[in-house]
Amino acid sequence: MDKVRVIEVKQSIFADNNAHADRLRARLRSEKSFLVNLMSSPGAGKTTTLARTIADLGGEMRIGVMEADIDSTVDAEAIAAAGAHAIQLHTGGMCHLDAAMTEQGLDELGSADFDLVVLENVGNLVCPAEFDTGAAKNVAILSVPEGHDKPLKYPLMFQVCHALLINKIDVLPYFDFDMDKVVSYAKMRNPSIRIFPICAKTGEGFDAWEDWLREQTAAWNSGE
Amino acid sequence: MHELGVVFHVIDSLKKVAADNGVEQIGKVTLQLGEVSTVIPSYLADCWKWASARELLVNGAELVIEPIKAISWCDDCKKQYGTIEHGRSCPYCGGGNTWLLQGNEFMIKEIEVPGPEEESDNG
Repeated sequence: MDKVRVIEVKQSIFADNNAHADRLRARLRSEKSFLVNLMSSPGAGKTTTLARTIADLGGEMRIGVMEADIDSTVDAEAIAAAGAHAIQLHTGGMCHLDAAMTEQGLDELGSADFDLVVLENVGNLVCPAEFDTGAAKNVAILSVPEGHDKPLKYPLMFQVCHALLINKIDVLPYFDFDMDKVVSYAKMRNPSIRIFPICAKTGEGFDAWEDWLREQTAAWNSGE
Repeated sequence: MHELGVVFHVIDSLKKVAADNGVEQIGKVTLQLGEVSTVIPSYLADCWKWASARELLVNGAELVIEPIKAISWCDDCKKQYGTIEHGRSCPYCGGGNTWLLQGNEFMIKEIEVPGPEEESDNG
């Protein structure tokens, strides 16, 4: 057999992506653009939540949105109708966005022109949690019909999130959903997670969520 | 679930390692994969077969996957236990105050390259 040379690598697969994400955060810091990575299962209400948030906050800050879908521009159209500048990102069939794809999106959007940029990630509770996009904060949406045990089934998603929106609270009477349990399951994996029960359809609970978003955006953009 | 995506990341990382070490062809890649890393070894191997055939650097390279056992720690009774067997509940006290010690790793351990014997350095 031919002689072979062994090269020790000992490198995490995600190391390159993590380094790229850190560079992206430094850029966003200097541009004074607060990037939020919004994640959830399909159908949890990312687009509806975002449209209402834009309608409420659009008067006080410049908001840009990057819609990541495998196909279609349905969501980008809904967001544009709500009054924000939106672009569609193409994931090329991939189940998540990584830092390199996010950077391409920020270039296309012109992130320096916005105070708040929201990345609507691919609907999926597994893969997006594995890849740091370079966002300042991660936010997940869990909707009542999905059940209160999701933090146990998808622990990484709830570990990497700074805030959790529990959407569709208007249907709580019809589902066997235990709000106390979901809070304790999420905090068990992430003691500092902020939890906001909301209803994107009626606007219930949006004041607290939008106050948090306002504070976080102001803090990031002032260099805190 | 995202094995093809991570295979692309593996190949990108290998390209950098190859460039740093002046390597043009890789014969074998050894990965270390935690039991609860969310990456399924058999899917990973299939995606590797497909993606590696499209990259000259790793075309035909053998993929070796070394599993890393998932072990959790119970903060209440200060004991370790197997995560796969018992999940998040401690088998000794039944409590849920538990943490993963190891088992979500996903690392490139080493590569083998054909060629003359030389001092291996990590450049």
